[in-house]
Amino acid sequence: MSAPSYDSIKNDPQFQELVSKRSRFAWTLCLAMLVIYFGFIAVIAFAPSLLAIRLGTGVTTVGIPVGLAVIVSAFLLTGIYVRRANSEFDDITQNIVGRQK
Amino acid sequence: MRTARTFKAAGPLLLAGLAALTGFADAAQAAGAIEGGGKQNLNLPAIIMFFAFVAMTLVITYWAARRTRSAADFYAAGGGITAGQNGLAIAGDYMSAASFLGISGLVFASGFDGLIYSVGWLVGWPVILFLIAERLRNLGKYTFADVVSFRLEQTQIRSLSAIGTLTVVAFYLIAQMVGAGKLIELLFGLPYLYAVIVVGALMIVYVAFGGMVATTWVQIIKACLLLGGASFMALMVLITFGFSPEALFKKAVETHPKGASIMAPGNLVSDPVSAVSLGLALMFGTAGLPHILMRFFTVSDAKAARKSVFYATGFIGYFYILTFIIGFGAITFLMNDPSFYKVGADGAYNKVTALLGGTNMAAIHLSNAVGGSLFLGFISAVAFATILAVVAGLTLAGASAVSHDLYASVIARGRVSEDREVRVSKVSAVLIGIVAIVLGYIFENQNVAFMVGLAFAVAASCNFPVLLMSILWGGTTTRGVLIGGLLGLISSVALVVLSPAVWVKTFGFATAPFPYDNPALFSMSIAFAGIWLFSKLDNSKRAQIDRAGFEHQNVRSETGIGSHKAVAH
Repeated sequence: MSAPSYDSIKNDPQFQELVSKRSRFAWTLCLAMLVIYFGFIAVIAFAPSLLAIRLGTGVTTVGIPVGLAVIVSAFLLTGIYVRRANSEFDDITQNIVGRQK
Repeated sequence: MRTARTFKAAGPLLLAGLAALTGFADAAQAAGAIEGGGKQNLNLPAIIMFFAFVAMTLVITYWAARRTRSAADFYAAGGGITAGQNGLAIAGDYMSAASFLGISGLVFASGFDGLIYSVGWLVGWPVILFLIAERLRNLGKYTFADVVSFRLEQTQIRSLSAIGTLTVVAFYLIAQMVGAGKLIELLFGLPYLYAVIVVGALMIVYVAFGGMVATTWVQIIKACLLLGGASFMALMVLITFGFSPEALFKKAVETHPKGASIMAPGNLVSDPVSAVSLGLALMFGTAGLPHILMRFFTVSDAKAARKSVFYATGFIGYFYILTFIIGFGAITFLMNDPSFYKVGADGAYNKVTALLGGTNMAAIHLSNAVGGSLFLGFISAVAFATILAVVAGLTLAGASAVSHDLYASVIARGRVSEDREVRVSKVSAVLIGIVAIVLGYIFENQNVAFMVGLAFAVAASCNFPVLLMSILWGGTTTRGVLIGGLLGLISSVALVVLSPAVWVKTFGFATAPFPYDNPALFSMSIAFAGIWLFSKLDNSKRAQIDRAGFEHQNVRSETGIGSHKAVAH
């Protein structure tokens, strides 16, 4: 594989499929993370009292589970991406690379 | 030769350690009899455990130095780090003392607000994974400048990337050195300057002799110690409250002078612009930290690069949840105990600001309260180890930028042997260490967390836009990246200087010309707009080469074909 043919890969329909699938998936997840995080920040900036609402009769506020949920969502989103990328996307990549040999 | 030098450097340190052990034994034994809660100036367990850590890392450095033969070994550990190891090492690089002590201290001082910081520091990771991690691995070799300059003009782009790297490294290092000095001053009773010199000397030894292999293993050990120690502390806090967060929060609200307001967003984020700007800096700054980006070159392929981000996100997220519990635990355990405070003549004390050593010491004092002097010793040693590991990573990133980008590509124009390049890197590591000691001394009284924020602002406004645009947009040209990147760098530094935190609090002027402490919203926009605009306007010959190179780059970026393979050991 000293001189892979970049032109033939570029025109490989499967390569184009890989690029469009992966970029759509990556940007969707990226957008989800941005919405979750900046949603959280926006509430803090514009309506902090929402997060100060108490859960039931205790002192624990809505802000605590919401904050935790943002942390957990970051972990889950990376998990979702890695799962698909390391199976489906890598399989397609293998096919494309295999044809170059 | 290498061996002799390693141990020569370690010699004086071990001697100092022995002196400390024999001289302080009596005091520490006497203190050990006191129930948890008393303040100890000299702590034998802390000293023993710290020197055990140092001894272990020096052995690893010695082992790593023998394995480090090529440039690939020195910069990227030969690409032989597994995804799991790299995940831990990334977490080790990222969980700085500023986040351990700073966030738990912030939670201690103002409760919920601490969570805003930790959330911001975490959410950059998914973005790194989705947009840059695997592409970085596919395109680069040792530094992120390799990636940016893949199809752009080498000399100019590497100069820019090196400046961006060194600026971030400088700010981050100052924060870490200051934290280290204060911590050791408090725990070991050593003068501030002496403490800073010890940290500087150790990081030089790790990086100059052990390169990326030693640095990686220092990170891994530190990450395990830190996660273990923080887990134990959080567990002890939760046990005290019967695993009921509500009980913990209730006691904290009763104890804290700010009362119920610690359970809601407070003054940390005062207006929407500041909030968004801080959020952008935290989120995208992570994706522009040179020592973090370097870690992706230590794994074998894109698959491992992805997995390592997944593991790292898990470790880091878990760690931030722990710091939150630790901060609240510190409120409940410390605030009613005057022995942790500078108490006034009338017996009164400020429950937040009068904490011995400042609010950043909340986690350290809590370790004493929940685990006694032995555990205090452990956590002190871990905190110190944390700083050492992070500064080692930063030093390696800085040294690589100097040798691989500035020296090999810009000054020598590629006509340099691998050996010579690595030698330059080692010399740079020594110089960076010395500069860090000097800067640490000068900036003794700056706020630690704030300096880290500064590093993030520059990383988000220069390194990240440059990297992202060169990878994803085919229209990017050398001139566009150069002008846009410089604009981002200059505007972020200038706006920070003109901000209240520096202009008013440091220089002592009455009002600041720029009203926000965090410039990322403005400086990042300037950088992206600059890169786009000046690329569009660029009709030079070079611009045509730059644009034409994108297809080749994109194929490799997406598939990994032709990427630098791991060197087998």
